Amino acid sequence: MSACVWAACVCGTQICYCSLSAEILLLFSGINENVYEHVSMWFTGNMKQLLVWIQRNLLKERPELFVQGDTVRPGILVLINDADWELMGELDYQLEDQDNIVFISTLHGG
Amino acid sequence: MPVLCSSCSEKRAVLKRPKTGHSLCKACFFWAFEEEVHHTIVTAKLFKPGETVGVAASGGKDSTVLAHVMKLLNQRHGYGLELMLISVDEGITGYRDDSLETVKRNQQQYDLPLKIVSYEELYGWTMDAIVKQVGLKNNCTFCGVFRRQALDRGAVMLKVDKICTGHNADDVAETVLMNVLRGDIARLRRCTAISTASEGDGVVPRCKPLKYAYEKEIVLYAYFKKLDYFSTECIYSPNAYRGYARTFLKDLESIRPSSIMDIIHSGENLSVRDGVKMPVQGTCSRCGYISSQALCKSCVLLEGLNRGLPKLGIGKHHRLHEKLLSQQPLTESEQRKLKPVDF
Repeated sequence: MSACVWAACVCGTQICYCSLSAEILLLFSGINENVYEHVSMWFTGNMKQLLVWIQRNLLKERPELFVQGDTVRPGILVLINDADWELMGELDYQLEDQDNIVFISTLHGG
Repeated sequence: MPVLCSSCSEKRAVLKRPKTGHSLCKACFFWAFEEEVHHTIVTAKLFKPGETVGVAASGGKDSTVLAHVMKLLNQRHGYGLELMLISVDEGITGYRDDSLETVKRNQQQYDLPLKIVSYEELYGWTMDAIVKQVGLKNNCTFCGVFRRQALDRGAVMLKVDKICTGHNADDVAETVLMNVLRGDIARLRRCTAISTASEGDGVVPRCKPLKYAYEKEIVLYAYFKKLDYFSTECIYSPNAYRGYARTFLKDLESIRPSSIMDIIHSGENLSVRDGVKMPVQGTCSRCGYISSQALCKSCVLLEGLNRGLPKLGIGKHHRLHEKLLSQQPLTESEQRKLKPVDF
């Protein structure tokens, strides 16, 4: 089983659409489409494990802007297949093949 | 396992509403969100038929959702309003120029007239130039004070009857907290009001139709509707104090989502005991704008910039106002205190 982690922040043109804040954009700045493949090949587990994986592999600096304790920092919305993760079991959600995970930060100006 | 919408019981729910705890599908969420804003507008009697209303548009999520919802509700419920977009160009390269592009696209998408007023044309200073002189310490003071007035000037130029801004429930709760923390009783008393009273000439009444809309819902509304908005932090920003209030509020919300509404409720129902000293609202003797001092904050800040004494408007220097008004020179020790610090 593997899941595609759309960190939702890459690909120049999609930035506005994905509405990821510069904050997260910065955190994920190393990602490109190849990493998606990389992620989809390597990742198995639940959301809790995914956050640990992201922290270890994708966040090079200031992880506190993304994670707090073992969950995401309050104010960052998580969508699993375009549905609020609060409906999906949050950290316990078991990732499945082809899942799309989107992180949207609300922690910036309007 | 998909959760079903608690309203229509047919489609898959896409979000859990922080305000009500309901799980709704996209269509039911859109409807609930829009009708709640409508309810806010009607209950508070924010507009009258025939009025021209300026939507303060920054290109960010809140104002984009506001413009979209205002346009939609105006049609759906026949408010009879004429809507326009008003934007302020602070002159921040790499930030506002990009977000204004978003506003220009919104203008096309929503087919609304757009007026952009710039700090440069109003004050002769861009934020870029201000930051060069004052550094990154108090620059947000300049920006905030100038923006408030710039919106009013834009509104007067466009001859709108009212301005609506995209302040959401989280913003209002944050402001209540900040005013408590700062002991700013005058602002604490008025910050939860949904609209400002008419304050005199040159000041257009303002209102906040999204006052009871949670930020989470605004972001998800924009996301699911695929609205075109701009989301970058201001390059000069970190408004540090607000940042702490924000983080604190978000932490509270994650434990108890109703915290945001509860704080607003507390703010709305506070009453200030008689005898508490309040600033008396007057007008600026230079530009005529509302001010509780002889000179309004904007004029003082501007005077400071033009004299190369940027700290003039930072902190309390009221006793210097008379001197400034009568164009008397400042003493050397007065000047020294107001010079920019090296940074």
